[in-house]
Amino acid sequence: MSNLSREDVAHVAMLARIHLEDAELDRLAGQLDQIVDWVGQVAEVASADVPPMSHPMPLTNVTRPDEVRPSLGVEQAVANAPQAEDDRFAVPRILDEE
Amino acid sequence: MSTQTAAGAEKTVPFEEAMSRYEPVIGLEVHVELGTRTKMFCGCATGFGADPNTQTCPVCLGLPGALPVVNATAVESAIRIGLALNCEIADWCRFARKNYFYPDMPKNFQTSQYDEPIAFEGYLDVEVPPREGLDEEPFVFRVEIERAHMEEDTGKSTHVGGATGRIHGASHSLVDYNRAGIPLIEIVTKPLTGAGERAPEVAKAYVGALRDLLRALDVSDVKMEQGSLRCDANVSLMPTGSERFGTRTETKNVNSLRSVERAVRYEMTRHAAVLDAGATILQETRHWHEDTGITTSGRPKSDADDYRYFPEPDLVPVAPSREDVERLRATLPENPAQRRRRLQEEWGYTDLEMRDVVNAGAAEVIEETVAAGASAAAARKWWMGELARRAKTAGEGGASVELLDLGVSPAHVAELDGLVTSGRLNDSMARQTLEGVLAGEGTPTEVADARGLELVQDDGALQAAVDEVIAANPDVVEKIRGGKVQAVGALIGQVMKTMRGQADAGKARQLILDTLGVEG
Amino acid sequence: MSTTLSDDLTRLSAVQMADRLADGAITSEQLTQAHLDRIVRLNPTLNAYLLVDPEGALATAREVDRARAAGEDLPRLAGVPVAVKDIACTEGMTTTAGSRMLADFVPPYDATIVTRIRDARMPILGKTNMDEFAMGSSTEHSAFGPTRNPWDLDRIPGGSGGGSSAAVAAYLAPLAVGSDTGGSIRQPAAVTGTVGTKPTYGAVSRYGVIALASSLDQIGPCARTVADAALLHEVLAGHDPMDSTSIDAPVPDVVGASGTTDLTGLRVGVVREISGEGFQAGVQARFDEALDQLRALGAEIVEVSCPHFGYAMAAYYLILPSEASSNLARYDAMRYGLRETPEGSPSAEQVMAASRDAGFGDEVKRRIILGTYALSSGYYDAYYGQAQKVRTLIARDFEAAFEQADVLVSPTSPTTAFALGDKTEDPMAMYLNDIATIPANLAGVPGMSIPSGTADEDSLPAGLQILAPAMQDQRLYAVGAALEARLRETQGGYVIEQAPEIEVRA
Repeated sequence: MSNLSREDVAHVAMLARIHLEDAELDRLAGQLDQIVDWVGQVAEVASADVPPMSHPMPLTNVTRPDEVRPSLGVEQAVANAPQAEDDRFAVPRILDEE
Repeated sequence: MSTQTAAGAEKTVPFEEAMSRYEPVIGLEVHVELGTRTKMFCGCATGFGADPNTQTCPVCLGLPGALPVVNATAVESAIRIGLALNCEIADWCRFARKNYFYPDMPKNFQTSQYDEPIAFEGYLDVEVPPREGLDEEPFVFRVEIERAHMEEDTGKSTHVGGATGRIHGASHSLVDYNRAGIPLIEIVTKPLTGAGERAPEVAKAYVGALRDLLRALDVSDVKMEQGSLRCDANVSLMPTGSERFGTRTETKNVNSLRSVERAVRYEMTRHAAVLDAGATILQETRHWHEDTGITTSGRPKSDADDYRYFPEPDLVPVAPSREDVERLRATLPENPAQRRRRLQEEWGYTDLEMRDVVNAGAAEVIEETVAAGASAAAARKWWMGELARRAKTAGEGGASVELLDLGVSPAHVAELDGLVTSGRLNDSMARQTLEGVLAGEGTPTEVADARGLELVQDDGALQAAVDEVIAANPDVVEKIRGGKVQAVGALIGQVMKTMRGQADAGKARQLILDTLGVEG
Repeated sequence: MSTTLSDDLTRLSAVQMADRLADGAITSEQLTQAHLDRIVRLNPTLNAYLLVDPEGALATAREVDRARAAGEDLPRLAGVPVAVKDIACTEGMTTTAGSRMLADFVPPYDATIVTRIRDARMPILGKTNMDEFAMGSSTEHSAFGPTRNPWDLDRIPGGSGGGSSAAVAAYLAPLAVGSDTGGSIRQPAAVTGTVGTKPTYGAVSRYGVIALASSLDQIGPCARTVADAALLHEVLAGHDPMDSTSIDAPVPDVVGASGTTDLTGLRVGVVREISGEGFQAGVQARFDEALDQLRALGAEIVEVSCPHFGYAMAAYYLILPSEASSNLARYDAMRYGLRETPEGSPSAEQVMAASRDAGFGDEVKRRIILGTYALSSGYYDAYYGQAQKVRTLIARDFEAAFEQADVLVSPTSPTTAFALGDKTEDPMAMYLNDIATIPANLAGVPGMSIPSGTADEDSLPAGLQILAPAMQDQRLYAVGAALEARLRETQGGYVIEQAPEIEVRA
């Protein structure tokens, strides 16, 4: 595997919504290639019959009753907003998509 | 490529023509908002129409550090929906994160389920009604269900600065997260083949049947216009005789039963035009426009649609015990379609009568009215007649309202029917009584009492009136005696007038004829 | 520099502070003020605290003093001040996670652990520095400047919780809260001569603690002695219905265990794969001596093998970035946090991308991109999926090892504190600091670092790690306390007492 190209990094950065300047991209791409190469060693062990582990503790069925708890209140809710308008979060124009 | 006009409408071919060359494959994804008191992963209330951002907390705003906890009732609802759709219920499943950035999604991932849905492999038999003007039997189509899974809703954006709140041209948007985190069940069908030209109707019938089922389960208010039931329709065509599915489009924003049928039909005719031209269908989302009856291009599938699903580490697996599943199975209501057949038989309605009742959403009120003691015929007469007529315009500004919102209960109607069958009221008096009930004057008996509505039961008074009318109309009496029995109507009218309407017209007729010694 | 009376108060252990508060010898206000005075004097040099809250801390202190004077029954640590890593949300008090992204973020709610601290009536002195979003082993990745090691101001205090470890080591707080995803409590403890515990996964609520990697993160105490750590552990731990992964079981008796003096019959396993080669000579020497002391305490030393530990680092550096890439997606400048608006009329998407570029530091970007890549279509199975299998193998290694031994031990960190700037240009070298601590996070088992002494070559502290099976956190405290007492006897005092006086830098 591995050999993460500069283009790969640019694509992944796009997926991760991080705008990287060219110089930044150059620097990170080199480091990431090395890291990806190294983490790829996980392929050496763990055959198909080993189950994957997503949670360290084997808990199941943790739920809460359907009971209303107090909400924050709108002042608190929008208090940290970079911009708010009419008790709502003001965000820049959204590209075409519903 | 198909041409795109300024209005956004693309080329289509007539439906019949399209069907002569292509076979449709449809798939339906329905999102239903559960009617739980609280959100999927936090204790915020879920009421519709609350002031912006008043039903939010660190969890559903995606604040740093907040963690989700699953709503137990939402899981039970999901299992009940799965069971009602004849699905298998997973004995172990996890939530997964669906990662993508969008401003109305507070965490920039949606907590959903991926390859381990709570319910899978089911079906729903839907009855497709005969086409208008065609003398044909309804047919039953088995819609195979791929999966039903749990997830959360997003917030709502309002677009500001552009034309009519549209996203295009807007300068910025305002986001309300009240809806963010409301429990959703996504129900996905398998690709449905074999419906042919009936595919649009099958789609509509399925969504309608699903809505009825969800309503019967009492898990959601299933209001398409408020978005608590939302449908995305996938459509593709393949040349007749082929078994290879064509490229599909996913039409969003299909928010009424009628639109489901229209949108599927439109996409079929649009696809056919593209394919006829030798072009290829672009795999994309399409937006349905209710007003113009067309779809427009949304967003193409792209590399950016890499959702990077992985098991949600902040939630532990859901592992319903078989006992819990059986306990929930025992709470399932009768299947709406079966119930409809049973009621029709019990009530003795014709197919047409029953269909009208169901389409008017009157089956429940009629059932309750019959249970309260009315005859099925009388219940239908009142609810489908006078009351249905009034419901059409009783809302604000002449809008329609639900039958039950008229202010007349099934018990009222049964009581009214009792007053008629017992002989206290005639039909016209019953209508007056209903008027009073609708005006909030009380129960039918109270209204009849207050308005002094009662058939005169005193035969002496009636006889006196009959005698008086006979004496005053010797020419009419002559006609009747001469064999023109139908002339009795004129006398009845006068008797009723004398009695101020408070007499039983049938009784008056009999008495006139008896007095004249004429056989009716 | 002369030692003042208030410095004397700061030198007490938390146990001593609690005792003196209880018998009325000192007031919480005096104690809290003593720490605040010392913070004013030394924090500009150390940069251990990002935020100090004198008013809030003193208000709590006075309230405790009043309650005590009124004869109220108070929790054991009532009036004993504490520092909180800036990763835990504190209502009305800026919480940054060491990131420019959250430089002005004021949470509207308290993390559960903060509520528990308030319920324990402990004055919160302030919020401590950390690597940005807890990504790092040196605190050099903080957006607000590095924290310096009180033992040597040109060296790192460990990371990510270098602010907490430095605060405790420099007597700027008797106790501090840390978080440990791959060693962020234990490694800073090791390089500052202090004690730090990562409890069993799920023992302490994560609600309100800014997530790095959800399946690895755990909150725990930082202290100067094992007994002090136990008291704070007891405050922090316990079931929380707001955290689905929280363990619904009684907290092990860690305070009782911290009185242990005899280890007769205890089997102590030395993990072959995390000692010897690659470990600094002085670190290894102190570790080997500690094994002798454990024997002297009656323990039996056995060697165990955990063959898959060699893959732990690689698995960790896939699982952590993957989860982090998703956990940190919420920092998008829409609801809170830094918003960077490019020229023109940018879309939400462009503002998000620009803000995330401006708000995140290099290490955070590296890991987000790495994690996004590991989860992306076509690579999931080879990277994230495979890493989760390795995780299973590591958990199995632990299971097997704990059949042969009651606890496992290793050096906590391969080296003593390295110099500031040494590894900032080499991410891989930085990652390797956590080689001994990471397996515990992958398996969810508890671990503790206690000072084992100072290395001969640099006179800097070294740490010894103790690991126990899940939900057996009390074993850490039993072994830690007994060994700590024994080492204190043989070395002529606590390791922390060898730390030099801190020279104030302008």
